[in-house]
Amino acid sequence: MQSQATYNYKVVRQFAIMTVVWGIVGMLVGVIIAAQLVFPDLLNLPVVNEFLSFGRLRPLHTNAVIFAFGGCALFATSFYVVQRTCQTRLFAPGLATVVFWGWQLIIVAAAVSLPAGNTTGKEYAELNWIVDIVITLVWVLYAIVFFGTLAIRKVSHIYVANWFYGAFIIAVALLHIFNSFEIPLVFFGGALLDSYSFYAGVQDAMVQWWYGHNAVGFFLTAAFLGMMYYFVPKQADRPVYSYRLSVVHFWALIFTYMWAGPHHLHYTALPDWAQSVGMVFSLILLAPSWGGMINGIMTLSGAWHKLRTDPVLKFLITSLSFYGMSTFEGPMMSIKSVNALSHYTDWTIGHVHSGALGWVAMVAVGSIYFLLPRLYGKTEMYSTKLINTHFWVATIGIVLYIASMWIAGVMQGLMWRATNPDGTLTYTFVEAVKATYPFWTVRLVGGTLFLVGMVIMFYNVLKTIGSGKAYDAPVVVPAAAHA
Amino acid sequence: MADFTSGVWGLYVAGLITFGLLFCIVVLVLNMTTRESGEPKLQGHVWDETLREYNNPLPKWWLWLFWGTLAFAIVYFIKYPGFGTFNDGKGLRAEYAEDIAAVDGPEGLYGKEFSKFKGDLVALSQDPAAEKAGRRLFLTYCANCHGVAGTGGSGFPDLTDNDWLYGSDAATIKESIADGRSGAMTAAADLGLNGQQIEDAANYVLFISDQKEQADLASAARGKLVFLSGTRNEDGSVSYDKCAMCHGANGKGSVINNNGLGAPDLTDGIWLYGSSKEAIVDGITKGRNVGNNAMNAMPTWKEFLSEDKIHVLAAYVYGLSNKK
Repeated sequence: MQSQATYNYKVVRQFAIMTVVWGIVGMLVGVIIAAQLVFPDLLNLPVVNEFLSFGRLRPLHTNAVIFAFGGCALFATSFYVVQRTCQTRLFAPGLATVVFWGWQLIIVAAAVSLPAGNTTGKEYAELNWIVDIVITLVWVLYAIVFFGTLAIRKVSHIYVANWFYGAFIIAVALLHIFNSFEIPLVFFGGALLDSYSFYAGVQDAMVQWWYGHNAVGFFLTAAFLGMMYYFVPKQADRPVYSYRLSVVHFWALIFTYMWAGPHHLHYTALPDWAQSVGMVFSLILLAPSWGGMINGIMTLSGAWHKLRTDPVLKFLITSLSFYGMSTFEGPMMSIKSVNALSHYTDWTIGHVHSGALGWVAMVAVGSIYFLLPRLYGKTEMYSTKLINTHFWVATIGIVLYIASMWIAGVMQGLMWRATNPDGTLTYTFVEAVKATYPFWTVRLVGGTLFLVGMVIMFYNVLKTIGSGKAYDAPVVVPAAAHA
Repeated sequence: MADFTSGVWGLYVAGLITFGLLFCIVVLVLNMTTRESGEPKLQGHVWDETLREYNNPLPKWWLWLFWGTLAFAIVYFIKYPGFGTFNDGKGLRAEYAEDIAAVDGPEGLYGKEFSKFKGDLVALSQDPAAEKAGRRLFLTYCANCHGVAGTGGSGFPDLTDNDWLYGSDAATIKESIADGRSGAMTAAADLGLNGQQIEDAANYVLFISDQKEQADLASAARGKLVFLSGTRNEDGSVSYDKCAMCHGANGKGSVINNNGLGAPDLTDGIWLYGSSKEAIVDGITKGRNVGNNAMNAMPTWKEFLSEDKIHVLAAYVYGLSNKK
């Protein structure tokens, strides 16, 4: 039985479209900086070269793909999933609209301030203190809408996807606030947008990487697992493999992730004990991370044949494979003796992108393909064939990207540590740079392919919207009694 | 533990680790079920029309993986520093220093490769074996700024051209390497120069350099007064207070004027930061190696390198500009 009330899809539609738009923008900037490494003089133009230098575009790329592309995907799916699985309209939809426009404002502020050279110098937290305050306010509104919707749910149990989204919202608030403690210089006669971190020295580094690694852990892992827990069983039309496994891996994951940050600071001024704790808990993180992969992939058990014909499911299941790979690679790289080889090399870049392209982007893209037709009163995207093309172009792109970076990274690590019989270095730094050029070229090709896939998606999305009409589905009333 | 010097912090860390490991263990123990016979059962809930859940037991291999990492954690914390202050040993940095001292001493595995080159630097600069060892050191420590060939770059002196800021003899080169150099040029504002005076001084510098034809002569004439600005002392000598203070009244720099300040010779056609008038105006305006531009200091290598290595390096660098 269905009531007359409808779900609030407007904000979901807005965020879903902006996911694709910001995805293209963020990945385009990524392709540009990848090209700069192969052709260093590419954007060495009069007047504008300052704004287009690698050092300024790189944070723009990371912020755009993580917070603009990834963020919009998470807002879109969490607002959709929380309504559907609580079987009620969004709590305070007006606030959700503010969240949408507020988040777009923050993205535009980043797109202006980062190329202008305004940065706090903290990775993934480069935005200035005023933007930091706006982020905090928007995030609080987001939490009110999400948890408010949970509070007014019409079903007794909270679906597993919402545990992950909820943990993500709470943890990101905590991380953002504590890492962004900073002293604006404007109160001491300095420039308006400049600030100093509240923390000093190695403690600042530790807080930064506690934030940095948990940005990966909660923004890019826990939240996207929430996405996975809704869209994989929905698209496969199969029950989730194991409730018990979801309980165990949820608690172990969110608990253990908080400790892993120090592995970014191996062999630095960070005290030995902190490095050890970071490494050990990163290793313990392997099993909890894989719990999500098992639960996702095994959900398909009994319906494997669907992978042959359903490109959306291909995106979702391939994303879980890359997730499994990256979450194995991560703990291995956190081992001190492995890290001694991998740290500061392109191996790290390869690892990040097997997670960011393979897991985050693919699960988000699959979910948006699921979502979009339903938001426009249709049963499927304009072209299933183009989804399939997108899948293969993207997959080949990722493989080229991560394989080239693995080889480049291990090669760099070996070249940097090679010594002559007298203990001096066999290679100068620039020789390792020179040797990396071919791999940077392959990476550029891989990244470009991934971007091409997003453009194909954009076309498909436009065609789907063009032939459909904005549609808000009626709220599903829960069955009277449990089976 | 950095600023956290109280012993309580060790207990705090150990307590948190214990809690963390116990948390994982308890969650696992509470959920160790075995598979029941027959079809897997669905949980009683349905969300959003179709979302349901089986309750399969935790996969065995996955459970063992989890237990394995927990066991590894316990063994690691017993064997290595990490569990608060328990077994925290001497630390990585101390171990590293010991390792380096062992191999780098005069008789050590690496140290003996350098301690065998002794004696006169000039003679050593002609020794092919010393040159080979010196080149390796140069590529490891010096090439990042001075280039693989030692030809330098903007702000980093060319070591092959026999034009020296502090002196060309082998002993001075060795001193430059060991003690470092941080010669700086004061910014125009701190010398009280206005825009016109900067322009005039730049023209005068062009006039006395190898680029006479580029100079505006009227401006250069005024620039000479800026360059030679100073006060006459009772004994008739002049205390210069602007350009000539370091570059000398003749503009020929520190070596010829023997003042040890590292000021370049402006007349020899060799330019550390570029020969264009723009580069000269930029240098006078902002100064060099001061304020936001203070990045071209030569490190004090004796803090990093043994006396033996510095000796071999000095011979190599001497050889760069004094080819056989």
